[in-house]
Amino acid sequence: MPQRYVVARVGDIPTNGSKAATVAGREIAIFDLDGEYFALANRCPHEGGPLCQGRRTALFESKRPGTFVTSRPGEMLRCPWHGWEFDIRTGRSYCDPDKMGARAFGVTVEPGARLVEGPYQAEIFPVSLDDNYIVVEI
Amino acid sequence: MSDEKTAGLVDCDIHPTVTAMADLNPYLTDRWKGYMREYGPNFRQVFASAGRYPRYNRDGGARLDARPPSGVPAGADLPFMRQQHLDPNRVDFGVLQPLRPNGIGARNQAFGESLTAAVNDWQAGAWLGEEGRLKGSLMLTREDAGAALREIDRHGGDPNFVQVSVLPHGLEPLGRQRYWPIFEAAEALGKPIGIHVGGTSGMAPTATGWCSYYVEEHHSKCEAMQALVTSMVIEGVFERFPKLRVVLVEGGFVWVPSLCWRLDKHWKTLRSEVPHLKRAPSEYIREHFWYTSQPIEEPEDPRHMLDAMDWVGWDKILFSTDYPHWDFDDPKFAFARLRLTSEQHKKLFRDNAANLYGLQ
Repeated sequence: MPQRYVVARVGDIPTNGSKAATVAGREIAIFDLDGEYFALANRCPHEGGPLCQGRRTALFESKRPGTFVTSRPGEMLRCPWHGWEFDIRTGRSYCDPDKMGARAFGVTVEPGARLVEGPYQAEIFPVSLDDNYIVVEI
Repeated sequence: MSDEKTAGLVDCDIHPTVTAMADLNPYLTDRWKGYMREYGPNFRQVFASAGRYPRYNRDGGARLDARPPSGVPAGADLPFMRQQHLDPNRVDFGVLQPLRPNGIGARNQAFGESLTAAVNDWQAGAWLGEEGRLKGSLMLTREDAGAALREIDRHGGDPNFVQVSVLPHGLEPLGRQRYWPIFEAAEALGKPIGIHVGGTSGMAPTATGWCSYYVEEHHSKCEAMQALVTSMVIEGVFERFPKLRVVLVEGGFVWVPSLCWRLDKHWKTLRSEVPHLKRAPSEYIREHFWYTSQPIEEPEDPRHMLDAMDWVGWDKILFSTDYPHWDFDDPKFAFARLRLTSEQHKKLFRDNAANLYGLQ
C-alpha cells in the first residue's frame, strides 16, 4: 500500500526550481514546472548522479539535419554528471526509453487543513492549517 | 563481505585546478607574472583564452555537483575533493593530471617552461604536500625537450611524482626522434610516461579535419591515441627504450585489438621498410602500454566488453574516474554490469596501478 508523505510547503520550491527530500529512506527530487510538481528518484539510473541538481532544458528534436524544433520548455532534465536526458513528467530516458528510467512518483498539492486529518506522513516538518503542501506518494 | 567491497582503490585520473591564476604567483618570477598580465597565454589554438572544447567554456567541463560550496572552481578545493570523492569512494591513491592551467603547448618556449615549472611546484606544494593519498604527474613541455629535461632534473626524483606527462596533440607524431630525449630520461628515471588526452597542436583534432559537434570531437581522442601508439611503435621507440612504460589516459582501449590486428597484417607485408622492428607491432603494444578506464564504453551486451578486456589484457587496464569532470565514472556503477570476478576486480581497481606506480 503506497504511503503519502508531505515533502514541502508550496512556495518552498522556487518557480521551475527543485528540491531534494529524504522520505521513507529514499532520496526524492521534486521539481516545480510553472506551478506543477513532479517527483523522481534522486539517483540517475545510469551511474547514480543526483538528478535534483541537473539542468532543465526544452525538448530538442529535428525532422532532418539542419532544422530543429523546440518544445516543452523546462520539461527535459539532464543529469548533472553525464547529461542523460529524462522526461520530467514520466522519468523516461530520451535515448533508451524502454530500458532506462528514473522512477517517477505521484505528486499532489493538499491544503494543510486536510493533511492534519491524515493519513499523511509529515515527518519532515510540522504542517500548518493555513498553507498548501506538496505530497508525494511512495 | 568480499575483498573488493572492503579494499580501497587507485584512481588514475583526478584533475586539480587553481582557484585563480594568482595561485601560481608564488612560483613565477616577476618577469613571467608580468608577461602573463601583459601578453597572456599564446597556444596553438583558435582562441587564446577559450578551450578548444565547448564544455570548457562553462564550469570547466565539470560535474555540476562538483563545484565546491566555497564557490571556487571544481577541482580547486582539496577539503571538498576529500569529502566528495576521496573519502566516500575509498580512494587509497589518486594520480593527479593537472591540465588547467598548463604551459605545455605555449609558443613562447621560455614562458612555457616557466609556467609548466610553476604548475609542477604548485602541484607539489598545494596538493602532494597536503594530501598523502594524492600522487603527481610531472608535466613536461613536449616541444622543448631541453626544458623537459630540466624539469625532470628538478622534480623527477621526488617519490610523490609517480610519472612524467606529455599530451598527445603536438607538432609531430609522438614517436618522432625529436621527442626521444624525454623517453630516454623517463626510462632512466624508471617512471612511466602518462599521456592524458588533450594538447594544442594548431591542427584539426581528427584525421579528416575540424568537426562540427562536441559529440564528434569527443571521439577524436581515441583516433589521436591510435595515431600516437602507431607512431611510437613504428618509429622504433621501444627498440631503443625497451623499459619505457606508457599510460594512455582517457583515450579508451577497446580499439587496441583491432589496431594490433591491422598493424600486424601490414607489418608482415611491409616489414622491409622498418627493419628496426624486431617483433610484430602488437608485441610492443602488449608490453609497453597501459590504459585508464574512464570514460568506459557501454556496449549493449556486457559480454562484448569482457571480450575486449580479455584481448587488451587484464593487467593493462587501470581504473580512473576523471573527477571532477562531467564524464566521471563512479566506481560503484561503471563496471557493475560486467560482473567481474574478484581477481579481475582487484587488478582493475587497485593492483595494476599499484604495481605500475609502485604504490604501497
